[in-house]
Amino acid sequence: MDKGKGGARRWAIEFSETASSRDVPDPPGFLRSSLDLDEAVSGRQKKDTDTSWKQQKAWEVAQAPFKNLLMMGFMMWMAGNTVHLFSIGITISALWQPISALQSVGKVFEPFQDARTDTLLPKICFICLNIAGLLLGLWKLNSLGLLPTHVSDWVSSLPPAPMAEFSGGGIPFK
Amino acid sequence: MNIKKIVQHDEKSIYGVGFLSLSGFVVWDIDAKTGHINSRDVITHHQELSMNDLIVTESSVISLDRDGKNIVWISLNQQVLQIASIERHIPDGKGRPHLMEEHAGNIFVLKFKNQISLVNLGSSNVPELIQSLQDHSIVSLGIALPGGDKHALSVIQQVSEDKINVHIFMEEGDKIKVSSELVGSDIQRGFVKKAYLNAYTRNDRSHGFRVLVVAEDSSLSLLQQGEMVWNREDGLASIIEASTAELPLEKEGVSVARVEHSLLEWLKGHWLKLKTALMVASVEEAAAVQALRLKSTDKTKMSRDHNGFRKLLVVLTKTGKLYTLHTGDGRIVWSSFISGFRRSGGKLTMLKLLPWQVPHKHAMHENPVFLVAAKVASEENKFGLLAWVDAYSGMEINSVRLTYFIEQIIPLPLTDGAEQRLHIIIDDHANAHLFPATDESLQIFLEHAQSTYFYMTDKEKGTITGFAVKGPQTASPLSPSDGVLFRSQQLWTIMFPSDTERIVTTATRRVDEVVHTQAKILTNQDVLYKYLNKNTLFVATIAPSGAEAFGETSPEENWLVVYIIDTITGRILYRLKHSGMCGPVHAVFSENWIVYHYFNVRAHRFEYSVIEMYDRNRIDNKNMLQFMLGKDNATATLSSYSHVDLDVKTQSYFFSHSIKALTVTSTARGITGKQILVGSVGDQILALDKRFFDPRRTAEPTQAEKEDGIIPLTDAIPILPQFYLSHAYRVEGLRGIITVPAGLESTSLVFAYGVDLFYTHTAPSRIYDSLTGEFNYALLLITIFALLIAIIISWILSERKELKEKWK
Repeated sequence: MDKGKGGARRWAIEFSETASSRDVPDPPGFLRSSLDLDEAVSGRQKKDTDTSWKQQKAWEVAQAPFKNLLMMGFMMWMAGNTVHLFSIGITISALWQPISALQSVGKVFEPFQDARTDTLLPKICFICLNIAGLLLGLWKLNSLGLLPTHVSDWVSSLPPAPMAEFSGGGIPFK
Repeated sequence: MNIKKIVQHDEKSIYGVGFLSLSGFVVWDIDAKTGHINSRDVITHHQELSMNDLIVTESSVISLDRDGKNIVWISLNQQVLQIASIERHIPDGKGRPHLMEEHAGNIFVLKFKNQISLVNLGSSNVPELIQSLQDHSIVSLGIALPGGDKHALSVIQQVSEDKINVHIFMEEGDKIKVSSELVGSDIQRGFVKKAYLNAYTRNDRSHGFRVLVVAEDSSLSLLQQGEMVWNREDGLASIIEASTAELPLEKEGVSVARVEHSLLEWLKGHWLKLKTALMVASVEEAAAVQALRLKSTDKTKMSRDHNGFRKLLVVLTKTGKLYTLHTGDGRIVWSSFISGFRRSGGKLTMLKLLPWQVPHKHAMHENPVFLVAAKVASEENKFGLLAWVDAYSGMEINSVRLTYFIEQIIPLPLTDGAEQRLHIIIDDHANAHLFPATDESLQIFLEHAQSTYFYMTDKEKGTITGFAVKGPQTASPLSPSDGVLFRSQQLWTIMFPSDTERIVTTATRRVDEVVHTQAKILTNQDVLYKYLNKNTLFVATIAPSGAEAFGETSPEENWLVVYIIDTITGRILYRLKHSGMCGPVHAVFSENWIVYHYFNVRAHRFEYSVIEMYDRNRIDNKNMLQFMLGKDNATATLSSYSHVDLDVKTQSYFFSHSIKALTVTSTARGITGKQILVGSVGDQILALDKRFFDPRRTAEPTQAEKEDGIIPLTDAIPILPQFYLSHAYRVEGLRGIITVPAGLESTSLVFAYGVDLFYTHTAPSRIYDSLTGEFNYALLLITIFALLIAIIISWILSERKELKEKWK
């Protein structure tokens, strides 16, 4: 007995014509030819359902970040505009999750990788949603005031300008 | 006819003695108990008497005749006039003698041009010369000895700069006993100025004497039995200028601290410390531990500190002496007169103390040098004097007498190759002289000469005049003693109308001030650019009626007008009039703000005002891309001739004290916040945070403003007891406060002087850049230890739990 493909099903028995089944006579009323036909059809059917099911699953996984996005958005709105431990933590996790998800794109889509299923589109969708999550995190970072997007951030390190002329003096001694 | 001297002869009668016309004495005998006049006697002489010389001794009235040739006296009981020739009794006296005020019993003193002579006019009725003393001599007041009717007098004779001879003249029956002792001193104290005599009885009924001597440097010393028992450096009570110098670097191989010599000493030290900790030490042991602690402390080392707290304070006093104090414990490292000045003759007045050379590159080999400027005045004219003094040893390197009078000394921001700072000295004809007068410094200065300007403020005339320095005199040779002469050209004059305004105070920024950033950032990310023009002058003028007398004018006749003037172009950048205010005005100018203190006549309270200047010209720099790429022109050189657009914010607050001194803390890099240091009229130092003087304060600040650190506006500046920097002490007679940046950015060193001296550190934003001594190391160690144990325990527990799970 061979094991099923991809390890999705551990116990799978493949009923095929083997030498041993020739020796034993068929039971009365059993027609061999119809069996072959049915088997082939159901196998294909199973394969078809497999691929469409995989495709569906892939799309579901690709759209999972969307829910994450909404939840993150809500939590960031709760965190407020001040720099506190909670808001910093949320922002960091909002930035870290998309990055780690982007790094593990390959691993996430591996169980659906098939000659039949097209994972490119779900992958692109996944990546785009994660980038959207990253942008949301950056926007939150900006609203906390931690990104140097204002003139004040660049000007605060400037030393005072030197003067071209020098003058001294005061009240003279008597 | 008037009574010149009054003396109590005995319990019954008081004598009043005066001159009658030009040649007679009149003696009034007044009863001591009832005040009746017992008798009035007139004794005339055939010649004129000298009106300035009259003393009344125990038994006689003594005077000189008009030419100073004879001593004329009458005895109080007999009223018989007697004459004696001075030349006969004191043959070697030169010049016209004068009678000195000091006398004791029957001894009196005649002062000649070359000597002083002590004469005894006893019962023999013949003046006899006791002793004549040459050199510079000071006579003390005569005293009556305890337990008798004998009198004594002492004369201090300055034999040389550091040796004095103490002569004591004591009446013994008819004779005068003289005793002399020679006392030396190791520190130059100058000539003796005053002496006071005191007598005590010894066990064997003889008399002992002590003399209290006030020297030229205002120090007091007590001399007894030929030695100096104690002395007080009271010259430090007349400080006029103070400055600091860095201590020498610690040289390799030379240990500046004393190392414990043996293991036994170390053990003994620790044993004593343990005993004091357990409170079982005796009094001597506690004293020994204290002495050990003082010896091993770092505060008094003579080398540079890592944090820049140990410095030398160089002070110039009014008496002409320079002292150097160590900031660790306030001891005097060295003190000396400037001999070049003392040789110049005439009346000497000290003017200024400036740092001349601060060695950075060659700090191991060269010592810092200070420049001292003084004025010597004779009858006709006055000249300036300069001296260069080494800060570590007190030796005078050089001194010159200038041919002109110093009106101002301006240190330039230029240094020559030997790290000497260039200075220009302005004389009374508005010429500028460059020091040091070397070729190299001339080259360096000529590059900047066209952008060097100076101004003179004349308080009496009420004018401020601005000058520019023109080229050097090509014909004159470089004379090193007078500096290189530069002519000047008058550029602008501001005349204040003298019938409405009189200049009372001016203020400028410190020359060595460091500003950290040119932009002030508000919480809503808005940028305000500070107006950081180093060449601005703040002038405060008050109404003439307010300048004269306080309390005699009504609020309508008083006003205070403040000006902010650019000293290169003479432009008045800002003018503000406060009506109903009068002086005295104290002001401090730092960075882009000015805080000034004056009196509000209408509300009859003191007030503070703050002015902050922001530059609107630079607000165009709002393009962020330019800043990111570094193409902005925010650090381009500014010029006073460019267009000025100021945004000035002001505010006023009440204050409850009158103040004596006003200054601001300064730090090495200008990052720390500032405190305004105020010397209050009660001789204490208050440190008021600059945030109280913020013109953006409002009564109800918004959330953003509160984050900025803006304190809600109240009508008066609060004075909390924690603001007093001088703790519970009073700096008696406070005159001035100076602040010096320390090496640590968070701390500023403060030195206040007056009659007392006070030195402390202040950290306006609390010490944020070093762990203070109060840091709880024990708590840190305990926390780390506890966490380690918790980690180990929880690790063991988690392992056990995992194992149990696997076995399920």
